[in-house]
Amino acid sequence: MTTTVHNSKGTATPGLLGRLLSSGTHQRLLAFTSLIILLVVFSVASPHFMQTSNIIAILQATSVNGVLAVAATLVIITGGIDLSVGTLMTFTAVIAGVVLTFAGMPLPLGIAAAIAAGVFCGFCSGSFIAKMKIPPFIATLGMMLILKGLSLVISGTRPIYFNNTPGFDQISRGSLIGDLLPALPIPNGVLILFLVALAASYVLRRTVLGRYTFALGSNEEAVRLSGVNTDRWKIAVYALAGGICGIAGILIASRLNSAQPALGMGYELEAIAAVVIGGTSLSGGKGTILGTLIGALIMAVLTNGLRVLSVAQEWQTVVTGAIIILAVYADMARRKKS
Amino acid sequence: MLSRRTLLGTLGALALTAALPSAFAAEQMYIPIISKGFQHQFWQAVKAGADQAAKEFNVRITFEGPDSEAMVDRQIDMLSAALANKPAAIGFAALDSQAAIPLLRQAKEAGIPVVAFDSGVDSDIPVTTAATDNLAAAARAADKMAELIGNKGQVAVVAHDQTSRTGIDRRDGFLNRMKEAHPDIEVVTVQYGQGDQLKSTEVAKAILTANPDLKGIFGTNEGSAIGVVNAVNEMNAKNLVVIGFDSGKAQTDAIRSGIEAGAITQNPVGIGYETVKAAVEATQGKQLPKVIDTGFYYYDKSNIDDPKIAAVLYQ
Repeated sequence: MTTTVHNSKGTATPGLLGRLLSSGTHQRLLAFTSLIILLVVFSVASPHFMQTSNIIAILQATSVNGVLAVAATLVIITGGIDLSVGTLMTFTAVIAGVVLTFAGMPLPLGIAAAIAAGVFCGFCSGSFIAKMKIPPFIATLGMMLILKGLSLVISGTRPIYFNNTPGFDQISRGSLIGDLLPALPIPNGVLILFLVALAASYVLRRTVLGRYTFALGSNEEAVRLSGVNTDRWKIAVYALAGGICGIAGILIASRLNSAQPALGMGYELEAIAAVVIGGTSLSGGKGTILGTLIGALIMAVLTNGLRVLSVAQEWQTVVTGAIIILAVYADMARRKKS
Repeated sequence: MLSRRTLLGTLGALALTAALPSAFAAEQMYIPIISKGFQHQFWQAVKAGADQAAKEFNVRITFEGPDSEAMVDRQIDMLSAALANKPAAIGFAALDSQAAIPLLRQAKEAGIPVVAFDSGVDSDIPVTTAATDNLAAAARAADKMAELIGNKGQVAVVAHDQTSRTGIDRRDGFLNRMKEAHPDIEVVTVQYGQGDQLKSTEVAKAILTANPDLKGIFGTNEGSAIGVVNAVNEMNAKNLVVIGFDSGKAQTDAIRSGIEAGAITQNPVGIGYETVKAAVEATQGKQLPKVIDTGFYYYDKSNIDDPKIAAVLYQ
């Protein structure tokens, strides 16, 4: 069987970096320019903004939301949506807590269990959508609530601490880069975000799964008619996104040195906001991981910058909302033009 | 063209934020307050107290808290943004003390005093903790109970929790005071309803059934008190003296209608005020007590609309 499905922005530029930079360049330039402007404005407005420790705080704040946004990007490119990323993250953190703290097993097993739980839940969501034909919004809304409830049940509604797992907090808080370059103590959580983003970008650009991800979003019917088992690929995308949420679960648990079972609601919307600011279309078929990364950074810079400027909390929320609308408006205006 | 529009929009939004009133004040001492919440009436009352102290001591404060008490990581992000601003001191009520320890150490190394408030911070880094003295508050409830039942007879306690600090302190404060000051009053039982209204109702009904001569019940938090009130309604035990804790619409309604005699309310305004005051004093190197009692009030039908009381009650 020779199906030739190309993503809408097939490109001849060689090399991963080239590919990352060349497609959808315009929107990402917009997003990137906005990011730079935000950084400049905040630096001018407050002498405390542009200092190493604060920049690291911003990156640290981006790490969890960034990983969730990468997961959301994959699903959104297929034309779907995943509302369960936040509570799935919490659920996987609780699973890690059960394996490491309750059962006292070694660290790698805890990490593997969290990621496996993520893949399994993603597989379930994907199956509800592909096999049972439940719309993604409803299927993942249900999943969001199921996972929130299960996290509370399994943990007994109490945080699970990782005090008996030495090194667990270093996964996110430690700094391998800082060990090599003491001037640049970038936390491991940030490093993991970039590795996840690179890997996801590679999958999207270079693998069959990536090509089908775009194809499902552009024209699912055409892909099906060309003899492809679209259900299987769709489930695979949700499972992959679930696995990435498992990584986010480990990151947040490590950062807090605990699995907080009540956390997670609302995180899905922030992840989706980052994806949208980064220029990925909610109607599917288009999107980049680099854009999402920039989107997540814009959200974090904005939140942090407004805080450092001591803007009242009510207004921080207003400004963040305005920026989201602005970003999507810019994107739509560009599309209409081209 | 388009990018210019985006740029203008971004700049516009930022100009808006820069123009907001609290943005740039000149050379005032800056004290960020990181609370456990923001939207809830209780926290808005804490904020009002903090604002009042900020005006009085001429310092600049910001008051922030996550949307829900589950968002531990958001609170940590708030704390690190606060530290980036090189504040003179910080007020902090930890959602999870353990998660905050690395940043609190950072504050300590930078010589920034941390004032804990409300439930405080489980660590020796904070210079002081501004909170309700729950032992004393519950002792006041015991005195009021004694007064209302004529200093004699049987009473019971419906407590919210046997493990949390507030649960233990409010129970023991009540029991100890009865033993010391009111020897003719017998506390027949202490039972726990987890602060859940329905569970507390069942607990209170069981107590009433088992002790027909009971004169009064003390409910140690909002849910417990409402549970006791429900039990009184369901069993038509009109002569029972009910004393509660905190406020909330159901409880204030019960007090107005006379089913509940009165309740102890904490003083969230005082918590905010004392936190900022202690932070200012800490920067001046003053010795602070380990705990600052932020006060509490007993309120009943007669003073529930008193402006001082009304200000600290929430719906």
